[in-house]
Amino acid sequence: MEKKKRYVNAPVVKKDAKALVTGKPVYTDDLAPKNCLIVKVLRSPHANAWIESIDQKAALRVPGLRCILTWEDVPNKRFTMAGQTYPEASPYDRLILDRQVRFVGDAVAIVAGENEAAVDRALALLKVNYRVLDAVLDFRTAKDNPILVHPEENWHALCPVGADNKRNLCACGESGDGDVEAVLRSCDYTIERTYHTLANQQTMMETFRTFTYLDTYGRLNVVSSTQVPFHARRILAHALDIPKSKIRVIKPRIGGGFGAKQTVVSEVYPAIVTMKTGLAAKMIYSRYESQIASSPRHEMEITVRAGADADGRLRALDVYTLSNTGAFGEHGPTTVGLSGHKSIPLYRTEAHRFRYDVVYTNRMSSGAYRGYGATQGIFAVESIINELAEQMGMDPVAFREKNMVREGDIMPAYYNEKSNSCALDRCLARAKEMMNWEEKYPARDMGNGKVRGVGVALAMQGSAISKVDVGSVSIKVNDDGFYTLMIGASDMGTGCDTILAQMAADCLDCDIDEIVVHGTDTDISPYDSGSYASSTTYLTGMAVVQACEKLRENIIAKAAQYLDCKKETLEFDGKKVYQPEGDKEITLLDIGNRIMCNNEDDLTASATHSSPVSPPPFMVGMAEVEVDKETGQAELIDYVAVVDCGTVVNPNLARVQTEGGLAQGIGMALYEDVTYSAAGQMYQNSLMQYKIPSRLDVGRIRVDFESSYEPTGPFGAKSIGEIVINTPSPAIAQAVYHASHVRVRELPITAEKIFFGMQEQK
Amino acid sequence: MKIQFVLNGKKITAEAEPSTTLYTFLRDLGCLSVKCGCETANCGLCTVLLDGKSVLSCSVLAGRVDGSEVCTLEGLQQEAEELGGFLAAEGGEQCGFCSPGFLMNAIAMLREWKEPDEESIKEYMAGNLCRCSGYMSQLRALTKYVAYKKEGH
Amino acid sequence: MIQARNYVKAESIQQAYELNQNRGTQIVAGMLWLKMGKRTKTTLLDLSGLELSYIRENEEEFSIGAMTTLRDLETHPALNEVFDGVFRECTKHIVGVQFRNLATIGGSVFGRFGFSDILTCLLALDTYVEFFHEGMVPLAEFAKRTPSVKERDLLLRIVIKKDGRKAAYQSQRLTKTDFPQIAVCVAKKEETWFVSVGARPERAECIQLTDSGDVAAMAAKAAASFSYRSNLRASEEYRKALTQVYGKRAMCQILEGDQG
Repeated sequence: MEKKKRYVNAPVVKKDAKALVTGKPVYTDDLAPKNCLIVKVLRSPHANAWIESIDQKAALRVPGLRCILTWEDVPNKRFTMAGQTYPEASPYDRLILDRQVRFVGDAVAIVAGENEAAVDRALALLKVNYRVLDAVLDFRTAKDNPILVHPEENWHALCPVGADNKRNLCACGESGDGDVEAVLRSCDYTIERTYHTLANQQTMMETFRTFTYLDTYGRLNVVSSTQVPFHARRILAHALDIPKSKIRVIKPRIGGGFGAKQTVVSEVYPAIVTMKTGLAAKMIYSRYESQIASSPRHEMEITVRAGADADGRLRALDVYTLSNTGAFGEHGPTTVGLSGHKSIPLYRTEAHRFRYDVVYTNRMSSGAYRGYGATQGIFAVESIINELAEQMGMDPVAFREKNMVREGDIMPAYYNEKSNSCALDRCLARAKEMMNWEEKYPARDMGNGKVRGVGVALAMQGSAISKVDVGSVSIKVNDDGFYTLMIGASDMGTGCDTILAQMAADCLDCDIDEIVVHGTDTDISPYDSGSYASSTTYLTGMAVVQACEKLRENIIAKAAQYLDCKKETLEFDGKKVYQPEGDKEITLLDIGNRIMCNNEDDLTASATHSSPVSPPPFMVGMAEVEVDKETGQAELIDYVAVVDCGTVVNPNLARVQTEGGLAQGIGMALYEDVTYSAAGQMYQNSLMQYKIPSRLDVGRIRVDFESSYEPTGPFGAKSIGEIVINTPSPAIAQAVYHASHVRVRELPITAEKIFFGMQEQK
Repeated sequence: MKIQFVLNGKKITAEAEPSTTLYTFLRDLGCLSVKCGCETANCGLCTVLLDGKSVLSCSVLAGRVDGSEVCTLEGLQQEAEELGGFLAAEGGEQCGFCSPGFLMNAIAMLREWKEPDEESIKEYMAGNLCRCSGYMSQLRALTKYVAYKKEGH
Repeated sequence: MIQARNYVKAESIQQAYELNQNRGTQIVAGMLWLKMGKRTKTTLLDLSGLELSYIRENEEEFSIGAMTTLRDLETHPALNEVFDGVFRECTKHIVGVQFRNLATIGGSVFGRFGFSDILTCLLALDTYVEFFHEGMVPLAEFAKRTPSVKERDLLLRIVIKKDGRKAAYQSQRLTKTDFPQIAVCVAKKEETWFVSVGARPERAECIQLTDSGDVAAMAAKAAASFSYRSNLRASEEYRKALTQVYGKRAMCQILEGDQG
């Protein structure tokens, strides 16, 4: 018999690839009606100010202007823009427009008009009288500062996250296992260091954008570049104070998200314009706005203490994270958790402790960026492991071989979950071999004024939020026997539509072209919490597997009815249902066509899945960096990464995820600076100033996979989307150290920092 | 003002304001493959061919193309499918938002150089930013395409 | 984005010059830096139809039309051969090919931007700029003038003398296609060294040194003779240190070229 084609673990081309590479109009702005009102936002020039008045007279006279909205025109019910499961951990601290503006770039007024020129003109003519207030700009002084970012009485937190607006606290907390202080006191070696990461921008190529209109039934239709259509529906209902039943959210193709679009950044503005005017409206964020008023990574300062014994055994880790959520609390209480919960469990320890404070400041609100706090925590913990090994005179790879988490371990710092699938040991061995670590460690003088050093880091992440995230699919048989797979997960270019179809095709023994995938539309798609938290392959994938199993049963049951035999005698091979021991059979094509006539059961199946665990993917990154001894310039030569994401569902897409995540991590490590003026104005407000790496800046990236098998995942798969951004900062920092003896603990690691570090040594 | 030019092989006459950019002008004319990723001429998403040369359409005024020839991906569908097929075979298109600009500049490069090596590809394509792919898959795609063409396809 | 009422594609240099006497007129060269502004003008003046895009060579000099693109400078074989590849080196880092296919030498020179690689490079060579009204002016003299709206002359071409100078170009950037943190162009003619340093971040200036045979000392002297300032890309002290390193390297590159 001909062997069936299998799709899982095959490099299947993405279903939307042809449309994308031929430039078809499939993105939000391509689909917007031509007569949309253009919506823009007037933004605050002050970090903290009270709006005394807004004089609209001159602006209202601009021909073509249709609407100006201020704090007086919006519901006074606070909400959060964080795309999270209700009740959200992020405090309800926002209004669409507020009378107090809390950062440079905060929304002051919404202006809509028939064309861009009219809107620009009106924006220039709005006269705002601000009472400028003192601002909290340094997050180290925010907690219990007399200046409050959210003094208002109707601020409230839905979840017990340790938030207190009267202390500028968005969250605080502590967890641990064992007596860290006692263990540290008894260690042969102890070390304490502080590391600082910045509010890096996701910088997806397509900025935030949304268009809205009222449909035949008077409902608000929202077409938006979002990772969280269902959360967006709820958030808009809260923000606009209208029933959720009045809103429909549709996700077209998205030009990248990386977590940025897990926050409802642009949606509320055109939505309220459409509600007020009844007209279609669209808002396209400029790159400038995307840089200054969006949802970047939380800036964190992380102090780590570690202790080990002379025999090379790591005994304790103590992590304190100070996280800067900025003016609003989106994702503040949750990102911080990962800085400890997804860094400390990389190692076996006798005791650990994790404490944190998340503070409000008068800076741009932070949000979700790939890695979601784990990136920051892993920079700190992996760096201190490197520094500790150095202090002990141990090869950092050997130190990790001795202390890292292994398959079967219970991870006390990871909610006591058991590591059921962990190939970290094999990842490390393979990375060592690929990098030729033994020969290159720690550094080689190239004899031309340049020194090449190597560095290493481990990483982990989760696969969906355990006991919270929900993935749902429904699948149905159509005439001629093709399938429609309805999903609520949001493909943002990562290829989840294709990956889920691969799984469905294997479950149903059919060709992948027989699976039609429908993108998310909240009116039609089954509920899915959204594409974030590394959840889609693992969680929605499992829902696909379960739905397909049910559908197979339903197909067989239907065939039994048509063939007038017992369903137990039948089998389904993807093309036909037949009796292995008899002669009755019916093709799926015939079943598909017969159910369209005189039929009482829908040939569909659906499944909803949540997971009690969040199995971590693991990986190892190794960097080789060349430092110029005279200038401090550091050039990334080679980056090796070996990933354990469980079963690799699509090797091409997993590889590109890894390479792409590494490139973003490399940008964070070496190039992407974020600085502010004394008045709180962010300087890196364009792609001219915020330097994401070009193809000349990422060196050579080499990726390999060492697969474990995750028993709770579909086909043994875990996640890959986020983990891949976590290793570059610590690995590169250490490679730079080996090449130059300069430790840079505050990102990015620039030539200038290395240069002055080397000068100090002289 | 009236602008007469050749767009994707067809003579066109269209109206534009003095300060309308070629990017806006082209999108208004239905060339929606042309994307914008920044306002500062840094990203390469809006790349089109102007008299055969790759340029940033966000940085050319519509008036400049009067009497010229402009080509967007809409006019190069066959090349887009062929070369884009190599990109897709690597999974390198990812979100696809930078793909049209990338392919336009790659097409310009391949018209200039038949067999660019890896370093030349990286240098020529340096003005095309991509945040999804990490660039390696794009390099593999172009290298394989060059080898495929060398075989006489 | 710049706004304007009219767009004029000039048909003759005379017409362009006359239109440009009005302060409401803005010349459009590559449009790359111009678009960043928010000015409103009466007329945008497009010089692309004036056949000012050329690189011509004779025994004495290169003559380069003001509308010649940076990409043309980068890829011109003779220009790069005569000047040891400095034109390729000083252009290839600028954003990308699509950018350099638009940006013009005239725009770079006339703008006298602090970050300009082109101005840094040209100042180390024996370069002149020719204006429609004023005629030929040494670049060093023109580069000292502060850009002003009162400047209404038309830049027609740049002339670089083939005076036997050997040259080398060095720069450092945060990313490979960013503005320079420092840009250094060094040239040598007989016993004279020309050291031009831009992106300090002030606009490039060129000094001359007599050869002492001690490259390190000359580089230190050169670095000490410029002023520096801090901005987003580098501090004052770092720029000074870099000038010394890259000045030395450029000098060594020239000396190695002499031997080879």
